[in-house]
Amino acid sequence: MAKKEILICAGTACLSAGAEEIKDRFEEEIKKLNLTEDYEIKTVISNTGCIGPCSLGPIAIIKDDSTFYGHLKTENVERIVREHLLQGKIVEDLLTEENGEKIEDFKEIRFMKKQKRIALRNTGIIDPNKIEEYIERDGYQALKSVLNNLTPLEVIEEIKNSGLRGRGGAGFPTGMKWSFAHQAEGEQKYIICNADEGDPGAFMDRSILEGDPHSIIEAMIIAGYAIGAEQGYVYVRAEYPLAVKNLKIAIRAAENNGYLGSNIYGSDFSFNLEVRVGAGAFVCGEETALIASIEGKRGQPSTKPPYPANSGLWGKPTVINNVETLANIVPIINQGSDWFSSIGTEKSKGTKVFAVAGDVKNTGLVEVPMGTTLREIIFDIAGGIAEDKGFKAAQIGGPSGGTIPKEYLDLQIDYESVKKVGAIVGSGGLVIMDEDNSMVDVARFFLEFTEDESCGKCTPCRVGTKRMLDILEKILEGKGRRQDLDKLEKLGNTIKETSLCGLGQTAPNPVLSTLKYFREEYETLIKQAEEVN
Amino acid sequence: MAVIKLSALDHIFEKYEEKKGNLIPVLHDIQEEIGYLPVEVQRYASKKLGVAMSKIYGVISFYSFFTTEPKGEHTIGVCMGTACYVKGAEDILNRLKEELEIETGQTTADNKFTMTVTRCLGTCSMAPVIMIDEQVHGNLTAAKIPEVINKY
Ligand SMILES: Cc1cc2nc3c(=O)[nH]c(=O)nc-3n(C[C@H](O)[C@H](O)[C@H](O)COP(=O)(O)O)c2cc1C
Ligand code: FES
Repeated sequence: MAKKEILICAGTACLSAGAEEIKDRFEEEIKKLNLTEDYEIKTVISNTGCIGPCSLGPIAIIKDDSTFYGHLKTENVERIVREHLLQGKIVEDLLTEENGEKIEDFKEIRFMKKQKRIALRNTGIIDPNKIEEYIERDGYQALKSVLNNLTPLEVIEEIKNSGLRGRGGAGFPTGMKWSFAHQAEGEQKYIICNADEGDPGAFMDRSILEGDPHSIIEAMIIAGYAIGAEQGYVYVRAEYPLAVKNLKIAIRAAENNGYLGSNIYGSDFSFNLEVRVGAGAFVCGEETALIASIEGKRGQPSTKPPYPANSGLWGKPTVINNVETLANIVPIINQGSDWFSSIGTEKSKGTKVFAVAGDVKNTGLVEVPMGTTLREIIFDIAGGIAEDKGFKAAQIGGPSGGTIPKEYLDLQIDYESVKKVGAIVGSGGLVIMDEDNSMVDVARFFLEFTEDESCGKCTPCRVGTKRMLDILEKILEGKGRRQDLDKLEKLGNTIKETSLCGLGQTAPNPVLSTLKYFREEYETLIKQAEEVN
Repeated sequence: MAVIKLSALDHIFEKYEEKKGNLIPVLHDIQEEIGYLPVEVQRYASKKLGVAMSKIYGVISFYSFFTTEPKGEHTIGVCMGTACYVKGAEDILNRLKEELEIETGQTTADNKFTMTVTRCLGTCSMAPVIMIDEQVHGNLTAAKIPEVINKY
């Protein structure tokens, strides 16, 4: 019989709270009671993060019945082993209490309860280098049922009905994109997975590729079948060597098992997959630039139309989808579009993964239904502001995104609502800032990033972002003038309207949105400057 | 500087012979093997792949990952991603500059370290972080820097 598992989080927060000692104690006690044949202790930590509820550490989860013990102390381990493991009784008084209630099940603690894991369903749970573990969890079943039972058009219908929209930033309906490429004329078509993950605070795509590469491979094969492509590329940024490695191992395993290659599942459909590694250019996340990069050129964007769905890689019809978008495909096929579209809000279906960072107690990846409020994410899931300081703002959507102030804590996060307050969901970077942060400096940080990453092809973006950055730096150095704020706004709007690609079209957003909600911070700096002079 | 034996790179060109758009993968493999992409290597690649020198140079200069200068024994990447920035990455960078007496992009006099800044390394929960070769060092403070680099 397989041993039952006790999971102990070995993330940084838990380690500094004493997880190592807890683990040793568990091992000791299990040996004492002769349970070594039945139980095994597994420390959980991947490169991308820990189990998550850092503020409850150190923690242990008895995997068998999913019982959760938080804030563990070494002297309590003995009771858990004796009462829970040996006698099968949950140790009531060691359970975590939330809102006056004892919580037994890990899935019921506040950190997990508001989450719904679809895209992250396997990450951290299966061994990414063992295809068997993926297959055990219904892996490659969706592919089988697609090839046996559905026509390409029926697959596209199903994705359309699910309401899935692209998670790479723009939120474009995935089914529609597939349908354009399906209709496009051409023998040769391509499907590309965008794993360039450019937002400097986001790492969900990395986490999925490293932790569950087969879910992306399976989705790409299905997408290939739907649009009529026999070749796919995964474009991974160079900063993610482990993702590249795990992906390559997974591709080889899928080939050996007959999921990639010729006549998949005995059908007349064939599909091959290749990994391409980026070389450190943010703009290559933009789809036309990414295509240029796969073709072996400088990754500069080109004007649209034509859209890649009609003329993409080597001029052929091409679908580009983000990693997280693709991670939703297999669950949609397996559980149906009705199930998927029952989650989320009217226009934003399903879930979104956010990379929560900054001044909160639990940092890391969270996956929540669309429509969850910012307050729920920050205070229920992320545990609130670190050191119990006050919340000031959330920066959402990375360098193309904006800032959300306190007034909008109850805003439901979905594509439309976030846009209404001047930010974007984007790829899901979410930086939480406490009252000590300077919003002007945060705006400068993002602008410096885009200015540096501008590919230089079009003038508004190349010169405009530089001008804006100069002004911001001047203000921060205490040399700002009253008219600078108008200048910033005017320049920002011009860059937005006249830039060639999404990089420039969104680059001014962090500045414009902090000007909108935190104008007094800019004004204070300028007033101080004026008083000095 | 050691002389580079160009024909020793032929296996890389063979590996990608059949592939479309193989310039970038070839450059990646060469850089991994010899550490950088000097002019004579670019010229050799130009001949082998039948791609103009100007195009090869254009690609190398566009992508920050490619370098035409040899690197030190170890490469330090200081994460300047959002989470790290918010948690004080600039202090870390400044301390490293002081300790190593170099600016970003430079190599120390003893050829031991090359320092670069990187985008988010995806280990934000340990911010601020630096990566030395493939090893991530997290939860840093400026004061911990000497101890970290002394390990190398
Ligand atoms: C400057 C810029 C950077 C981008 N970076 C990324 C990225 O890193 N990852 C990504 O998936 N999409 C990125 N996008 C969006 C892509 O152009 C494209 O819309 C997306 O990959 C489509 O996939 P989806 O429909 O599945 O979201 C970027 C766009 C712009 C303008
Ligand atoms: S911002 Fe530094 S690791 Fe993510």
